[in-house]
Amino acid sequence: MRLVVAAFALLLGACSREPAAPVFHSEGYPPQLSDWRLMAAQDGVLELNPRAIPYDLATPLFSDYALKLRTVTLPEGAPAAYRDDDVFDFPVGTILSKTFYYPQASAPWTGDVSYGVSPTVEGGVMPLNGVRLIETRLLVRREAGWVAIPYVWNEGQTDAVLHRTGAIRNLTLHRPDGAAEDFAYSIPNQNQCAGCHATNNTTRALAPIGPKARHLNKPSTFADGVNQLDYWMLSGLLAGGPAAEEAAPRNADWTDAASTLDQRARAYLDVNCAHCHSDVGPADTSGLDLRPDVPFGPKFGACKTPVAAGGGSGGRPFDIVPGAPDASIFVYRMETTRPGDMMPELGRSLTHREGVDLIAGWIAAMQGGCAS
Amino acid sequence: MPIKIRPLPALAAFLTAIALTGCGRREAAPAAGVAATSDYQETLMAALLDAKPGDVIELPEGTFSFDRSLSLAVDGVTIRGKGMEKTVLSFKGQVAGAEGLLVTASDFTAEDFAIEDTKGDALKVNEGENIVIRRVRTEWTGAPKTENGAYGIYPVQTTNVLLESNVAIGASDAGIYVGQSKNVIVRYNRAEKNVAGIEIENTFDADVYENVATDNTGGILVFNMPNLAQPGARTRVFKNEVIGNNRANFGHPGTPVATIPAGSGVVINSNDQVEIFDNDIRDNKTTNVIVSSIHSSGLSKDGMAADFDGYPEGVYIYGNRMGGGGTNPDGLDLQTLKIAKFGPLGALPDVLWDGFVNDSKLVGGSLPAALRLCVDNAGAEVINVDAPNRFKAPALVTEDVRCSHEKLPAVVLANGIGG
Repeated sequence: MRLVVAAFALLLGACSREPAAPVFHSEGYPPQLSDWRLMAAQDGVLELNPRAIPYDLATPLFSDYALKLRTVTLPEGAPAAYRDDDVFDFPVGTILSKTFYYPQASAPWTGDVSYGVSPTVEGGVMPLNGVRLIETRLLVRREAGWVAIPYVWNEGQTDAVLHRTGAIRNLTLHRPDGAAEDFAYSIPNQNQCAGCHATNNTTRALAPIGPKARHLNKPSTFADGVNQLDYWMLSGLLAGGPAAEEAAPRNADWTDAASTLDQRARAYLDVNCAHCHSDVGPADTSGLDLRPDVPFGPKFGACKTPVAAGGGSGGRPFDIVPGAPDASIFVYRMETTRPGDMMPELGRSLTHREGVDLIAGWIAAMQGGCAS
Repeated sequence: MPIKIRPLPALAAFLTAIALTGCGRREAAPAAGVAATSDYQETLMAALLDAKPGDVIELPEGTFSFDRSLSLAVDGVTIRGKGMEKTVLSFKGQVAGAEGLLVTASDFTAEDFAIEDTKGDALKVNEGENIVIRRVRTEWTGAPKTENGAYGIYPVQTTNVLLESNVAIGASDAGIYVGQSKNVIVRYNRAEKNVAGIEIENTFDADVYENVATDNTGGILVFNMPNLAQPGARTRVFKNEVIGNNRANFGHPGTPVATIPAGSGVVINSNDQVEIFDNDIRDNKTTNVIVSSIHSSGLSKDGMAADFDGYPEGVYIYGNRMGGGGTNPDGLDLQTLKIAKFGPLGALPDVLWDGFVNDSKLVGGSLPAALRLCVDNAGAEVINVDAPNRFKAPALVTEDVRCSHEKLPAVVLANGIGG
């Protein structure tokens, strides 16, 4: 624990300047991202406000290979309240940000991007050399609830501009094997934010998805030697959590070979699918529920006939045919890039090959098949 | 490939353009002099985002192109065009989004416009009350094909729904599909060249009347599927014209409708208390009416909740005018059966029952009266094709199933329509 405190103090020490505090706008849609004072792009770096604390998730949502920098900003002295299974209860005044960016495949900027290791954020500073910022999405906790506000980075990469109706960016992805693929990167409109974040389709209240114990319970990427949940509690971001991280739920890192295939696949399906495919989400119409605690069976896709998939069936009979990934609708819907067929419905126009490999491998390792 | 940032002034221009033209009425009009194409996308998206309860969003005359889905999440909004042939929202160039227009709101009305060529569903309403869709056309242009989107008009998990005077063409699943809903009226619509013309699924209390379903693979379907939040029961199908639904099935293999034989008029699968009466059901070459169970639908037992009731019970068919059906059934089993039993020039009877019965509900060897299939339809014969025994002993059962059920009450919507 002493090490933890030391690391924390070190981190604070790195931020000795005192820039202006972030601005919480309790209403309206400020026209510039800089109006919130969460981050500033200048002198070749993206500098976070010291009160915009970066965090990441054990297994993140796939978004066309975009890299993501997430921050949380809380009102001073007002921590979020820990919850075991649900997203933490954040106070009014909370600002979550998610900045989507790519490594450029060439300089100057040509719309060609690659993917790989994220640039490091040290002392709240991320170098922008060879990096193209695309968009920053804010989730803001106001009196009446969460509001989603999308900003798109300008051509000069100096600020991001409010863009409530979303946009398409035509980019070219260069894969590690040298293949180049044109794709339409989709910046969601404000209603489409709700497509994922209105996780209860009856109340339709927006909510964050990432900041749950099971996604955050991992070694911190931003503070050496500390568990991220511990870090949140030590730094006053979170209150009421368990004394030890072992007591909190924990999702696997989907790339972690030390976890079981089942743990990795379930973590992947949780963060990519379960915000809609739950008992109350927009995809409860399908009868498919991919929350991590749902036992494996028809509800989790086993031998389940599609209901309203249309072309999403890919000509395959069941969601999951144990032992047969090529006969399983799951794999088709992840592989295809047809807008009417693919899953998730939003936020992707490329195939996440590595994700497909994971889920296909998971299905291939199952015993059984489907009785007629 | 330089990236163009769309100039923001378009938004500002729009904001001034949406001056209120009346009591909460907003004209979502394209700016003067702007080609009525993709620029209108931003205008309409912003109008949908900024809508307030009580607003009427007026769509101008013209054809407008969209490359992304539209969505509405505000209760109490009406979207109104100038007519289903005059206001056309075209999604031919769609690159993102699983539907044309997605509505997640209550008290919604759509009228007088068309949605064409979406990549997925055309108009989906996911959960809401008091939904009215009238004089809307959803169409996939060109020859009907498997690549077309699944559903045309698609309310799901909705209550108090009125779908009237719409036209649905070319859907690769159902032209008009009502799923997991309650209290529904589907009337005066026309569905053609879809796999399923009109489909009512896992829905309680639906009246389907005075529609025309023609040139689909199956005309009107009343289904229950397993694993969903609610089963369905109490649908009345009456005074419809269900004629010549003989289009080759172009549904996606794996989807439930892909198993519908071409030439099916009205199909009841696993649903209960369904009344089929006073319809004109003609010239459907597999057969005019099919009553079947989930057990002849190719589903896996492993993929069904154990408590799912996959048997059609309390079905009542009477007073329909039927003829000209059953002459050329789709599929080897039925074709073989027809030839063996009725000869190469014969025809299957007007009503075909797969013969599955829930053995666990038998009392003294027969079903309780309320659960039986009743067909009391002058001139119509009924065949039990013996599907449980792989069609070994098909038999005419017309007199065995001549009985009646108490008639269902008419559906009345919350706004008083119906009854």
